Amino acid sequence: MKAPTRYYDESVKGFITWSIIWGTIAVVVGILISLQLAWPQLNVAPYLTYGRLRPIHTNAGIFGWGIGCFIGMFFYITQRLTKTPLWSPGLARVTLWLFNIGIASAAVTLAMGINRTKEYAELEWPLAVVVAIIWVLFSINVFMTILKRKEELMYISLWYIMAALVGVTVLYVVNNLGVPLHLFKSYPIFAGTNDANVQWWYGHNAVAMVLTAPPLALFYYFLPKVTGNPIYSHRMGIIAFWSLIFMYLWTGAHHLLWTPIPDWIQTVAMAFSVMLIAPSWGAVFNGYLTMNGKWEQMKTNYLVKFLICGITFYGLQTLQGPMQAIRTFSAFIHYTDWVPGHVHMGTLGWVSMILFASIYYTVTKINDTEIYSIKLANTHFWLILVGQLIYSITMWIAGVQQGSMLLSTNPDGSLHYSFMETMVAILPYYKIRAISGVIYLAGLVVFIYNIYKTFQKDASSQTAKV
Amino acid sequence: MLEKNPVIFIILAFVVIMVGTAITMIAPFKWINGAGDRIAEVKPYTPLQQEGRDIYMREGCNNCHSQTVRTLAADVERYGNGGGYSKSGEFVYDRPHLWGSRRTGPDLARIGLKYPDPNGAWHRKHMADPRSVVPASNMPSYAFLNAPLSTTYSERKMKLLKFPYTQADLDELKGKTEMDAMIAYLRKLGTDIPVKKAEAATLPAPAQKNPFSDLKAVKEEAEALYKQHCASCHGEKREGNLGPALKGSAKSDSELFTLIAKGVEANGMPGFRSSLDDQKLWKLVTYIKLGKQDD
Repeated sequence: MKAPTRYYDESVKGFITWSIIWGTIAVVVGILISLQLAWPQLNVAPYLTYGRLRPIHTNAGIFGWGIGCFIGMFFYITQRLTKTPLWSPGLARVTLWLFNIGIASAAVTLAMGINRTKEYAELEWPLAVVVAIIWVLFSINVFMTILKRKEELMYISLWYIMAALVGVTVLYVVNNLGVPLHLFKSYPIFAGTNDANVQWWYGHNAVAMVLTAPPLALFYYFLPKVTGNPIYSHRMGIIAFWSLIFMYLWTGAHHLLWTPIPDWIQTVAMAFSVMLIAPSWGAVFNGYLTMNGKWEQMKTNYLVKFLICGITFYGLQTLQGPMQAIRTFSAFIHYTDWVPGHVHMGTLGWVSMILFASIYYTVTKINDTEIYSIKLANTHFWLILVGQLIYSITMWIAGVQQGSMLLSTNPDGSLHYSFMETMVAILPYYKIRAISGVIYLAGLVVFIYNIYKTFQKDASSQTAKV
Repeated sequence: MLEKNPVIFIILAFVVIMVGTAITMIAPFKWINGAGDRIAEVKPYTPLQQEGRDIYMREGCNNCHSQTVRTLAADVERYGNGGGYSKSGEFVYDRPHLWGSRRTGPDLARIGLKYPDPNGAWHRKHMADPRSVVPASNMPSYAFLNAPLSTTYSERKMKLLKFPYTQADLDELKGKTEMDAMIAYLRKLGTDIPVKKAEAATLPAPAQKNPFSDLKAVKEEAEALYKQHCASCHGEKREGNLGPALKGSAKSDSELFTLIAKGVEANGMPGFRSSLDDQKLWKLVTYIKLGKQDD
């Protein structure tokens, strides 16, 4: 069937632009809080203390950058994959407005200390309602576009998108159930151990439904587009998809090993976490094998570099994750900096690499132009790669060092190190981490400049045409 | 079929997601926080303690402090404060739970057992200026908590959470600062469960003499013990801080032994009998008595 003459891409641009802004804020706040850990004097005012800023960092990163960019990208690829214009451009515009109002209010309220404390679900109930509305509006728009599609077969990317639509809705709503005290305060309906179990069912599956399924959808779409190779195996993709969304939901309690959560839930979580290696690597191999015979593109095509590096970090992430989910290893590294090291390989490496490639690709397609500078794109690539690697590797070392110090005992069973001794030992790593953040930020600045110039180029070429 | 019908697809995806959810997340509601894990001694929060808890949440303390002592020997030793590992029944009144995910600072599940001073002198000093008691600390200063506590919603909170309260409990809120509330909360953490305190109270005077009169052999270990248990109140160099200076103490060995073992509740000095054995107590005695010339 023929493609329609015009797709609606204004909101795609809008979401991409704003997600880049929120992403930059997330990185800047991240650098600030990393400095605060090394120099506590930087906690200058109540609303600039570490405890209030850290949720801003995570929320700006996950919701502002991650979800914001995914919404834009899903508007883009859903239209192409269904050969159908977006169901409602008006609704998309409203969604973008709500999104920005929501994220901005999130930042302000978190700085004020309005905070439910449940990780990645910190926003108080009025804002949680706004987030849910944003997600539902976006979901309806995408789903209706799929429903009215002109291309009968639904490509695997659409599967991942639809799973994310349902998954995020269920997770977010359940973990936010509460009783309001007043406009800015509510108490969850769950208590204690139940609340913890619900929280990490949510927390870990937010990783599945926000930081795994959506970037996989983009990866499956953009890798063939960028390389000109069809995806290696659609069937492997299907098997990996269903086993991934089946297994993920059992694994939340690996965040709660050795806690009062019933033992069998911990054991089941551990087992399913290890089993998850299979579907995760199904996607990784699908990516690698798609490159068969075209590996030279790693040298010649800057987008391939982002995509293949991204999927490689996904592969590493999904080996490291299951390892951490094993009781003995968790005992060692849980509660240490190893975990932020792991998380940032996923967010800065896997998710952001895929998003950067997607943005480069879509921005040039939408504007019907070439990227302003491939050289700058390469600079961007190396800066963020080096920044992220320094971040993760120093945090792994810090985690192993502090973890082993905290657990080490004298022959009579007493502790060998005081808590402060273990903290002082990892301070140098905190300083290196702050530097890695600055390197990453530099990469981000190069990226933004490149994208800005690409937009500008387009604007001037259009003026010339007139 | 599946690849062509998005409605069926989305229903199927939902069902697949709900299998693991139902088994590991929904089913446990049947017994968690039920009769099986109930602990009779665990009490709900008073209005003042709940206000403190809400401030703890407001400041995002959970970003750096966990509240679960894992069932690991080192965890119990470091954070148990004599109360052992955390049990499910201790958290039934926690909405939300505050178990945390990163220990940038120490675990606080049993912090209430650590400093017995009823006025929370250590906490007060530490919260206002952490580095005045723990020189290398990277905790932010919370001097700004010395603001009057807002009690507008205190009673409504009790009703919403279905916690019992009396007029006396509400009267207790009058004239309190946010710091008072925070300290009331910290002092409650982990104190409900039965702890083996009786042993320390009925301690007989030490029968033996200090077996470690030769300090050189045990200096390293004694110093580590001191840093772990004493330095935060008596100063890193025994120069005194919240507690008195200890360097080259003139007290006799057995006097010091009894003091450390039993503590002086009225002054906020905890007893260490439940966490340290006699050998260690003696080593501390020897270390404390060290004079300048021995450094």
